[in-house]
Amino acid sequence: MIYFDNAATSLWKPPEVEEAVIRALKTAGNAGRGAHEPTLLASRIVYDARAKLAELFGVGNPSRIAFTCNATEALNTAISGILRPGDHVITSVCEHNSVLRPLYRMEKQGVELSFLEADEKGRIRYEMLEPLLQKNTRAVVITHVSNLTGNVTDLERVAVFTKAHGLWLVVDASQSAGVLPIRAEQAGIDVLCFTGHKGLLGPQGTGGLYVREGINAAPWKVGGSGIQSYSREHPADMPAALEAGTLNVHGIAGLGASAAYLLRIGTDNVWKQEKELAYRFAKGVRELPGVTVYGDWSGENRVGIVSFNLEGEDSGRISDLLWEDYGICVRAGAHCAPLMHRALGTEKQGAVRFSFSHKNTVEEVDFAVRAVRELALG
Amino acid sequence: MRREKKPYVVMTFHTTEEAIAMETYGQKQGVKGRLIPVPGEISAGCGLCWRMEPETFGLFEERLKQVPHETIVEIRM
Repeated sequence: MIYFDNAATSLWKPPEVEEAVIRALKTAGNAGRGAHEPTLLASRIVYDARAKLAELFGVGNPSRIAFTCNATEALNTAISGILRPGDHVITSVCEHNSVLRPLYRMEKQGVELSFLEADEKGRIRYEMLEPLLQKNTRAVVITHVSNLTGNVTDLERVAVFTKAHGLWLVVDASQSAGVLPIRAEQAGIDVLCFTGHKGLLGPQGTGGLYVREGINAAPWKVGGSGIQSYSREHPADMPAALEAGTLNVHGIAGLGASAAYLLRIGTDNVWKQEKELAYRFAKGVRELPGVTVYGDWSGENRVGIVSFNLEGEDSGRISDLLWEDYGICVRAGAHCAPLMHRALGTEKQGAVRFSFSHKNTVEEVDFAVRAVRELALG
Repeated sequence: MRREKKPYVVMTFHTTEEAIAMETYGQKQGVKGRLIPVPGEISAGCGLCWRMEPETFGLFEERLKQVPHETIVEIRM
């Protein structure tokens, strides 16, 4: 089996992740729920993981990072927590449903939405930012990387716009965390939502969000906090404000270990290796008859995602043949990105998405190129 | 309960994160003490506080006031 579905979830995890999860399973109590050794140990695990993520994301105060069970929960928390009826939001057609659906739900409650369009290569039309601005514009909610095309959003350009107009910049880092350099505070990112199980190489069921000092996101869920238990209100202090209920300490232990791994080897190296594999694969399949590779390949600012189609073939069928005949794992279909597919004209066909890990090899990529060639010529 | 009460100084915190941060600081700086449940006399409703002997607090008082916390209270317990 060859696994090229790392944009869905990374299968390879650093060995220390497994060790940390097992150790936590055997030793951790409930974090923040008392003062005996197992509960304190759990609190220390959470504290250490938070500190490592803060380092990875360029956040000075780790307490501004709250853990969630995935990016979807983080995005729901952010979007429902900072927007109010009457607000206007600018987003893009490149978004995943984990951004779109929370926004559509807010739309029903009186939030106005506008969309930055994308061209045939999936490039966001940034020139639309200014014309879309309204008096009640509150935020730009945007992905850092398209999970379909692998294009990287020019956050610098968006941040110039949000800063100039006093807007909040909410970033979905699902496909970038652990791969692209993120210095949240320096980059003018007000809210950063991430998942732990993709580029961050942690266990599923982990994720979180960074919320800049000065922004009070109303919690999406309230409940047990381990502090201020006689208050009818959930505590307002970060990170407790956004962490109601027992945390996934076992998962967070793994995420802390994977963050330490990434800090040690450097995300720059991860990005470089994934990109090299992606470019090698794209080069190998691009010229094959009937193959269309999507996305913007004009520069180097991409991640390790390559989506393509074979003319006249359903993407689901291709992915199934890749699995059945070659043992290659990829993702086909809509990738939860309906508007992006519409912009690319692939709503019906979907697309075959290869997404690489820095642990994939050149030999694996070359094998995949041969497989696609056989399918294209067959 | 017959166990005799002794004087202590306790630091309370806004969040568990602050409490663990204090523990980390304490271990690095050699502030003898430990995290315990917040005594009911100080605040009802769970949470952690850092308990130390008055002599220890005296040694580190100025530095501990700089560590993020909620209150510092003298208490017999």
